[in-house]
Amino acid sequence: MYKYDQYDQAMVDARVEEFRDQTRRRIAGEMNDDQFKPLRLKNGLYLQLHAYMLRVAIPYGTLNSSQLRKLAEIARKYDRGYGHFTTRQNLQYHWIKLEEAPDILAELATVEMHAIQTSGESIRNISADQYAGAAADEICDPRPWAELLRQATTFHPEFSYLPRKFKIAVISSAADRAALRWHDCALRIVRNDKGEEGFEVYAGGGMGRTPFIAYKIRDFCPASQIFSYIQAILRVWNHHARRDNIHKQRMKILVHDLGEEEFRRQVEEEFQHFLTLGTDFPQAEYDRIAAHFAPPPFETGLADEIDRADPDFAIWVDQQVIAHKAPGYAIANISLKPIGGIGGDITAEQMEIVAGLAERYSFDDVRVTHAQNLVLPHVRKVDLYAVWEALRDAGLADANLDLVTDVIACPGLDYCTLANARSIPVAQKIQQRFADLDRQRDLGELKIKISGCINACGHHHAGHIGILGVDRKGTENYQLLLGGSGAEDTTQAKITGPGFDEDGVVDAVERAIECYRSHRTEGERFLDTYRRVGFDAFKEAIYG
Amino acid sequence: MQLLTGNDLKSGAVIWWTGRGWSRHVEDAVDVGDQGEAILAAEDGARRVNGGYIITAENTPDGPRPSHIKDRIRALGPTVRPDLTLKPADPAAGDWVI
Repeated sequence: MYKYDQYDQAMVDARVEEFRDQTRRRIAGEMNDDQFKPLRLKNGLYLQLHAYMLRVAIPYGTLNSSQLRKLAEIARKYDRGYGHFTTRQNLQYHWIKLEEAPDILAELATVEMHAIQTSGESIRNISADQYAGAAADEICDPRPWAELLRQATTFHPEFSYLPRKFKIAVISSAADRAALRWHDCALRIVRNDKGEEGFEVYAGGGMGRTPFIAYKIRDFCPASQIFSYIQAILRVWNHHARRDNIHKQRMKILVHDLGEEEFRRQVEEEFQHFLTLGTDFPQAEYDRIAAHFAPPPFETGLADEIDRADPDFAIWVDQQVIAHKAPGYAIANISLKPIGGIGGDITAEQMEIVAGLAERYSFDDVRVTHAQNLVLPHVRKVDLYAVWEALRDAGLADANLDLVTDVIACPGLDYCTLANARSIPVAQKIQQRFADLDRQRDLGELKIKISGCINACGHHHAGHIGILGVDRKGTENYQLLLGGSGAEDTTQAKITGPGFDEDGVVDAVERAIECYRSHRTEGERFLDTYRRVGFDAFKEAIYG
Repeated sequence: MQLLTGNDLKSGAVIWWTGRGWSRHVEDAVDVGDQGEAILAAEDGARRVNGGYIITAENTPDGPRPSHIKDRIRALGPTVRPDLTLKPADPAAGDWVI
């Protein structure tokens, strides 16, 4: 993974001291909250329901064991012994004290981490495929490009006061594991007819109050010109954006107001201008960054078989283990969705156990997924049993990847000041309703995503089944949506009808699932059946 | 009744106006009547509270109960982590929120 050079470290260290001084001035009364709030947000520090919340950036979801151990240490020393992985592949602490925040940032800086641009009107943490560098189906590792873009856009003056937040994702496979088209700007690495690498470019996606799926605005942008193209996109948005109306500031609004063709035309015009400026990445700089992401020294001649004698282990392998590009290796997914637990939460002790496993079995590499799980990306197949035993003993061996209990849920009204309704209790009740693993496996891939407000941090627009919590005259109410996807077959979920109370929405989910069971044909997922049978049949099943 | 609440500037903890200062416990909160804005202005200036605001609450035999669920969750703690609430030893504490 990328290692800071002296410039990176100097910038992050200086930022810590700058924030330490800003915090001192706020506590001393030299600044009021209106003055301090934008400064703390630029360092990922929010004020939530019960305390301050610190969002730590995990670039493209990649961690090493030292970083994960530091996150555990911070959880124990400054928080309440746990952290929460988010749908942006970041980690949040929910019980932070303002007076200790600078010390936490200083501790993060010792392991090349920070919270810069995890909030505010900036280019947020750039996300990527969690299996980057390991997936059997990828063209190349997308993370060098994510890292180049991270470096080029961090503290960039033109992008430091954007109209609104801006989210970028980078992948390099046909399968989309990063919800590509739900981003403001998304890149898929492809090869053209000449075998040259470049990017499909998507723009104008986003969830929230006004969901849009991104358009593909370019079939192929040469890799050597991608920064010009992204700057062109940002400049067109920056030029036109409705800074007078917070609900119309996101780029997706502009793209869809201008229309696909006109937005593309203007971007292409700006692109031609940027090409004359010489701001693209020199090959030597790409090579320097890419060297940090060189494949680990995979052993050769390893056995490719997995001993499945233990039936519980065999189930875990079937559900959690994914094909790796290197013979004899596998990708091991770690569920953070225990039945009745809190999705994405992980204790300090569990972080340390995962860090140890990564160090011993996965070339010191851990990944965070946007579905709020973890990944050990490079495990020898002969080591999988030992890994599973350790995970089982740590309460981390649930075998529910992409099943009905692998629910994405935002923190909701239990923690978040923006939320209208609680998300986590609904997720827990759904998990308990479908706890039987045989039933889960019979239902197959079924992605439920829950948000506690229209900001959609729980990705409800992209759920096969989505749930949106709303406030109806002071009580929690839940709208049910069907048919969304964040994968390569991206679609936006559709609201089914009147909302439900907490127990009612769990019953409604079960009725939708029973509708699927009664209509499915061999091999059909929930989403496939929904698309074939249609909305009305499901609505009839839900509302009668 | 009208209560004042906010978060402690330094710790971020939820706090309630008691008439003479701030308390972590909603049971200590007092009705501020129409004095809420004036008290908040003074307390904001004194740097003791962050994001202060006025809420309505019901006066019950057990003390004030905020009208909105968000403020009841703020008063107790996250419903999904009883161990992290202000009443970790009371298994029925969550019923007060819902």
